[in-house]
Amino acid sequence: MTDKVHYLDNNATTRVAPEVEEAMKPFFGELYGNPSSMHFFGGTNQKYLDRARESVARLLGAGPEEILFTSCGTESDSTAIWSALRAFPEKKHLVTTKVEHPAVLNLCKYLETQGYRVTYLGVDAEGRLSLDELKAALAPDTAIVSVMWANNETGVVFPVEDAARIAHSRGALFHTDAVQAVGKVPINLAESKIDMLSLSGHKLHAPKGIGALYIKKGTRFSPFLMGGHQERGRRAGTENVPYIVALGRAAELALEKMGEENGRVKALRDRLEQGLLKAVKNARVNGGGADRLPNTSHIGFEYVEGESILIMLSEKGICASSGSACTSGSLEPSHVMMSMGVPQTYAHGTIRFSLSVYSTDEDVDAVLREVPPVIERLREISPFADGKPLFGMDACEPHKH
Amino acid sequence: MWQYTEKVYEYFKNPKNVGEIENPDAVGEIGSIVCGDALKLTLRIDKATEKIMDAKFKTFGCASAIASSSALTEMVKGRTLDEAAKITNQDIAEFLGGLPSEKMHCSVMGMEALEAAIKNYRGGKAEKVIIGENERVVCKCFNVTESVILKAIKVNKLRTVEEVTNFTKAGGGCRQCLGEIDKLIKDYWDQEEHRDFSRMTVVEKIKHIEKVLSEDVNPKLKRDGGWIELIDLEGPKVKLRFLGMCHGCPSSGATLKNVVEKELKEKVDPSLIIEAE
Repeated sequence: MTDKVHYLDNNATTRVAPEVEEAMKPFFGELYGNPSSMHFFGGTNQKYLDRARESVARLLGAGPEEILFTSCGTESDSTAIWSALRAFPEKKHLVTTKVEHPAVLNLCKYLETQGYRVTYLGVDAEGRLSLDELKAALAPDTAIVSVMWANNETGVVFPVEDAARIAHSRGALFHTDAVQAVGKVPINLAESKIDMLSLSGHKLHAPKGIGALYIKKGTRFSPFLMGGHQERGRRAGTENVPYIVALGRAAELALEKMGEENGRVKALRDRLEQGLLKAVKNARVNGGGADRLPNTSHIGFEYVEGESILIMLSEKGICASSGSACTSGSLEPSHVMMSMGVPQTYAHGTIRFSLSVYSTDEDVDAVLREVPPVIERLREISPFADGKPLFGMDACEPHKH
Repeated sequence: MWQYTEKVYEYFKNPKNVGEIENPDAVGEIGSIVCGDALKLTLRIDKATEKIMDAKFKTFGCASAIASSSALTEMVKGRTLDEAAKITNQDIAEFLGGLPSEKMHCSVMGMEALEAAIKNYRGGKAEKVIIGENERVVCKCFNVTESVILKAIKVNKLRTVEEVTNFTKAGGGCRQCLGEIDKLIKDYWDQEEHRDFSRMTVVEKIKHIEKVLSEDVNPKLKRDGGWIELIDLEGPKVKLRFLGMCHGCPSSGATLKNVVEKELKEKVDPSLIIEAE
């Protein structure tokens, strides 16, 4: 293992920004009061919560009263979807996509066992959504449409503003899991029809364990956690003051660095991607033809397997992730690649590099230096290669899942 | 992150015997690119002694698949085919100091490739041997046959569906076959546990003997108008009584030997001593 860490797995989690770490420190020490208290000591903390709420609202182009703090992106997603179903108990249909994060997908699968109908929208080979398919999927009893803003694996961005308008035209609420998009693409909810939006702190340089849900003013809402009066009765439980302060500070930084993310970081990503495609034969970018996040590159290398690549790169200090089967403990390539129809020869050898504002030219240089020989080495070990027959293909008959 | 042993890392990073033997005496190909791992094993075999003189592999798969393949080639070199055929996936895993349970299927892939290569050699290399060809496929996602699953259950003493998935990948895709795998496990252990007569309780022993009498013995005796019943059980001694037309029949001695004793020894326990009044 080398001493230098080249962290290129920012869609998994990000480092806590030093400014964020600094901002939250006092709340582990002298400022431990409960903001609900009537005395000055606890009550003073309320103003820090208010400030954080304003900062998060500003990043989203929303009003502070539209922001609800939660414990994570998953809680935000669950809160949004359950709220819509409770607010419209007569409606029994949901629409989502086949490529959502498990936070949405597994909840929808569960709801199917509870008498709800769910339509899962497909994507094309580049990972794009069809709005016509969405229009056709909507029914009079569709309670909510939940479509992610950007895909966590490929970085492909969905036309959520248009999707929200379409959902509204049929009387359905619209929620978006924007965990990967917030801080990476400009968002202005004041101008949109989006009713609810989920975000997660640890994807934008705040710590793990804090998230938020945007709920457009006037949207019917039913709480997920019930109990005390916190968050104006919409999310019970004593506020996680240090982490909320951290999220507020991270939101301020994200807004400041939005230009850098879409300029310098995007240029780094493009150099990494183009460099790898040039240096390694039989490589392809999944979703390369679609509108994408500026920081994500999802590259498949033919005839080699993802876990092997990751472990060899890890030895060189390069941290990335893979949608391949072996790394996740599941045995098949990710549902995202299956939905896109990524060729099987590439799907198992796909690596995701995801950058952040802390990524450097040195990180990209390391990838361009280390990845090609690793792929070459693994291809020497692999029984498959260009022009060689693929054995065993007749055995794996395609069948319906 | 998987907890791999140092030896797995060593055999992954610096695998021994990578490659393909030119004009090999035996070839074993297992898995496919769709299944996520695949192994091509080639062997050089001394015809006179059936000793494996050289072994090489090429593997598409994760770190533990590459390490398991390399370990296999090291283990078979210098052994005769009969010796090599005894290598189980447990042996491969042990050679590597153990594998994470979710990765045991990598060692099973090694065992299967070896099995395919030996069949390929013994079949006169007429054509490529596909393990499990013409057999019932249980898991369609990963093309896992019933016999592969049963062998994994037996060799590794598997008791749960999750374990079978870890060892064979069966059930790891669409999960439609989980019920079928569960049944295979239950049936296997039901049969295994019943076979061990000495570990049954007295009541179980009596029930088992009576079941064999009523299902396999008495239908034959009834053709001649007789039947037999259990009177007592003393250790290995089974005391029976002939009834109906069998009672006092001169050929009942032969029936006892050829029908009753044969069935009970075969279906209950070979150490039984059969006596009849």
